[in-house]
Amino acid sequence: MLEYARWKYVLIAVVLALALLFALPTVFGEDPAIQMARRDHNPVTAATEQSVEQTLTGQGVHFSKTYLDDGRLMIRFPSVAEQLKGRDAVTNKFTDQYLIALSFAPRVPAALRVLGLKPMPLGLDLRGGLYLLYQVDVQSAVRQLLDGYNQDIRRALTAANLPFTDVTLIATNGSTEQNGVRVTLPPSANLDQVRDLVAKTVPDFQLSVVSLPSGRAVEGVLPPAKIREREDYAIEQNLTTLRNRVNELGVAEPIVQRQGLDRINVQLPGVQNSAEVKDILGKVATLEFRLVDVNGNAYEAAQTGHAPVGTKLYYLKDTGQPILLKRSIIATGDELTTANFTTTQEGPTVNVRLDARAGERMLETTRDNINRPMAVVYIEKRPETKIVDGKKVTRFVTDEKVISDATIRGVFSNSFEITGMNAGDARDLALLLRSGSLAVPLYPVEEQVVGPSLGKDNIDKGVDALVIGMAGVFIFMAVYYRLFGLVADTVLLANVVLLTALLAMFHSALSLPGIAGIILTVGVAVDANVLIYERIREELRNGVSPQAAIRAGFEKAFSAIADSNVTTLIAGVVLWVLGTGPIRGFAVVLTLGIATSMFTSLMGSRALVTLLYGGRRKVARLLI
Amino acid sequence: MEFFHKPTSFPFMATRKVWYGLSIILMITSIVSLATRGLNLAIDFTGGVTVEATFPQAANTDLVRAHLAAAGFRDAQVQNFGSARDIMIRLPPETQQNGSEIRAKVDAALKSVDPGADIRSLDVVGPQVGGEVERSAGWALTFTLGLIFLYIAFRFHTWRLSLGAIVAVIHDPVLVLGIFSIDRTSFDLAVVAAVLAVVGYSLNDTVVVFDRIRERFHVNRRLAPAAVLDQSINQTLSRTIMTKVVTAIVVVALLVLGGPVLRGFSEALLIGIIAGTYSSIYISSAIALDCGLTAEHIFPTVKKTAVDHMP
Repeated sequence: MLEYARWKYVLIAVVLALALLFALPTVFGEDPAIQMARRDHNPVTAATEQSVEQTLTGQGVHFSKTYLDDGRLMIRFPSVAEQLKGRDAVTNKFTDQYLIALSFAPRVPAALRVLGLKPMPLGLDLRGGLYLLYQVDVQSAVRQLLDGYNQDIRRALTAANLPFTDVTLIATNGSTEQNGVRVTLPPSANLDQVRDLVAKTVPDFQLSVVSLPSGRAVEGVLPPAKIREREDYAIEQNLTTLRNRVNELGVAEPIVQRQGLDRINVQLPGVQNSAEVKDILGKVATLEFRLVDVNGNAYEAAQTGHAPVGTKLYYLKDTGQPILLKRSIIATGDELTTANFTTTQEGPTVNVRLDARAGERMLETTRDNINRPMAVVYIEKRPETKIVDGKKVTRFVTDEKVISDATIRGVFSNSFEITGMNAGDARDLALLLRSGSLAVPLYPVEEQVVGPSLGKDNIDKGVDALVIGMAGVFIFMAVYYRLFGLVADTVLLANVVLLTALLAMFHSALSLPGIAGIILTVGVAVDANVLIYERIREELRNGVSPQAAIRAGFEKAFSAIADSNVTTLIAGVVLWVLGTGPIRGFAVVLTLGIATSMFTSLMGSRALVTLLYGGRRKVARLLI
Repeated sequence: MEFFHKPTSFPFMATRKVWYGLSIILMITSIVSLATRGLNLAIDFTGGVTVEATFPQAANTDLVRAHLAAAGFRDAQVQNFGSARDIMIRLPPETQQNGSEIRAKVDAALKSVDPGADIRSLDVVGPQVGGEVERSAGWALTFTLGLIFLYIAFRFHTWRLSLGAIVAVIHDPVLVLGIFSIDRTSFDLAVVAAVLAVVGYSLNDTVVVFDRIRERFHVNRRLAPAAVLDQSINQTLSRTIMTKVVTAIVVVALLVLGGPVLRGFSEALLIGIIAGTYSSIYISSAIALDCGLTAEHIFPTVKKTAVDHMP
């Protein structure tokens, strides 16, 4: 007698129903679209929507629909070509006030959307977009910390009246990068006192006393754990900043992730212009507010190269004129709470608000210095790569320019305006100040731009291969295994649906290798069925009765299926862990595919076959 | 329909020296080719720039190369990619890799050949990333093989079967690399992924055979090992061939329809599957036999330490 537990039938039915539901949104596909958001973060108005529609029709661009979604304006297009035409048409007129991004709008009907079901996201190679891999200069983070310690130790030693020759940064304990500080001492120094003071100033250091040819010294080294901690902090800080900046770009579904120990992976679907984006993302720029020194002669200082005591020489950004500023800093960009870009009568303006402490300092300064000029210094760090001793070295070059030296006309504390930049710079500055500063600089080591037409092409090719491949398998199985072949075909179809549902649920992005993975999974899934059927045929050949043959086939094939799938699973998991990007997409599909194929082949086939041949009836022949 | 009406009885074990010989020749050819011709490594490994572009009509690659050289890209490799209208340009890694600058210059150069030229994708990989990728790929392979070795030893209670499986499987990636070296197909990360997947997948056959061996020994421990191995392979042959045929249908569809991006990947899959089947059938059990496999190893007898349980 051939039986299958009733609850198992129910389980399979429930799982399949759920899978169908989750997989359904993906089937509907997406439309190429454009997304527009106001740069000042207010919601887009209906009037703007109409204006955009008119612009598009005026230029002969066909669009399917425009609608407002969550404060943004979405425009759907029938094809990628129209989408690009639409972008060009809209950019000319609206780019000053609006962020315009290429996007995609799923065609999921409202009924499913309401349930919160979303289609499977597509990777960059299927959608088009920009991929950037940033290298974070973590060594700078450590150096910054050590520099701070250097200053602290000097101050402490001076305050305690302990003589020292010098305090320098060192690289020691087999490390090629700087990881410690050395205090070299004159022969008269009291080693113990110095050592104790250093220990109190920097508790994290591991201290030792060394004898050098130049004398004795106290060395403090940061343990690897502390170094790692500092590096992690720098990367987390940068991640947050990058995420803020990416959000400001208005891109739909961006991804910003840490990759490995010291890299950050940024994926921006729909973005084609990498220059603009890299500029914003990688910029290390901030402001300083200082008083102008009216007593000194700036031109003389520029000629001789010496600035008078208490001042520093700068140059104006617009005219290149030299100007002397006082050394003490009133406020820095880090002390800003918000920054907004607007256009006023004076031109492009950045409205800033300082935090409480900086606000107080500003209040004092403006009160004491009415009718005297104050300058705003714009500081930018850019990466420059040179060849030094045959090796590529990327150094950061700091650029400091005075962007405004307006006279203080009234007393203000924490809220005021900065003018004197062009619109583009002002807008970027507001964005940078708002999103926070980068803890340490970063620069791109890998970059990829995929155009949207290529993305669409890739999807078409992948889906074609999948459909034709599956059709081939279906026909073959039906011919070779007859009725049981049709069972296998049904089970295979269920497998693909289940896999799609899982991928949609995991929100894992599908890549072109991922589609190839689905195709490979079809092969893996069939393997299990073939094992079972060949075993059944063998049992029949040995003279076993039909129903007993079915039972024996399933039982004996089980261990072989389980064991053999594990090896492919091992390969899939290793690739998942070590892979990135599209390769990881493939690994995810492969691994999940093996799991689903085991479920569908073992349970699904058994259920169907038992339905066909089970129960107490006498079965004469098997259509296998 | 059925191809295997009667169980086959090919003498696999008896002829194993022939198969060893064939494998060794194939491996040596691959290694020699790798050493002399090397692989056509993609920028995933070497670093550099890859540009895919399409022209309204068939593109003249020499003309494109000349225009690129005039624009300052002297060592550009230009070739057709999929169809006569699509080209792929490859530029060596340089010190200052600014993707947007490169794109602008290449765009200008291409448009000077034909104003309708369009860049479809641009890929910049810094050289330090390329070197690391090589190392991770190596690690991935080693790790996978190691884990598989342990798993099989655990399930089948003997290292002899594990060794057979691993030796059989090592020869598959070498063969794939050899063929890639001979026909100069572009070797990128996707190919590495395909090779790893194939390593795992082709072991399916090996494990199925081992499972059958275990079953036969379980039934009768005193059978001669060579005979058991032979019969096991023969009995599972129908299943092995049929699965491979079906998978081949699917992979061939991918190879033909999947487009040039997946070309290397599909090729690696196809070669790997064929090589994998061959090695599973002919090599893995043979090696286990030559390591002296007996029933004892799979099912160790439990020795009785005392005469009875009474004190």
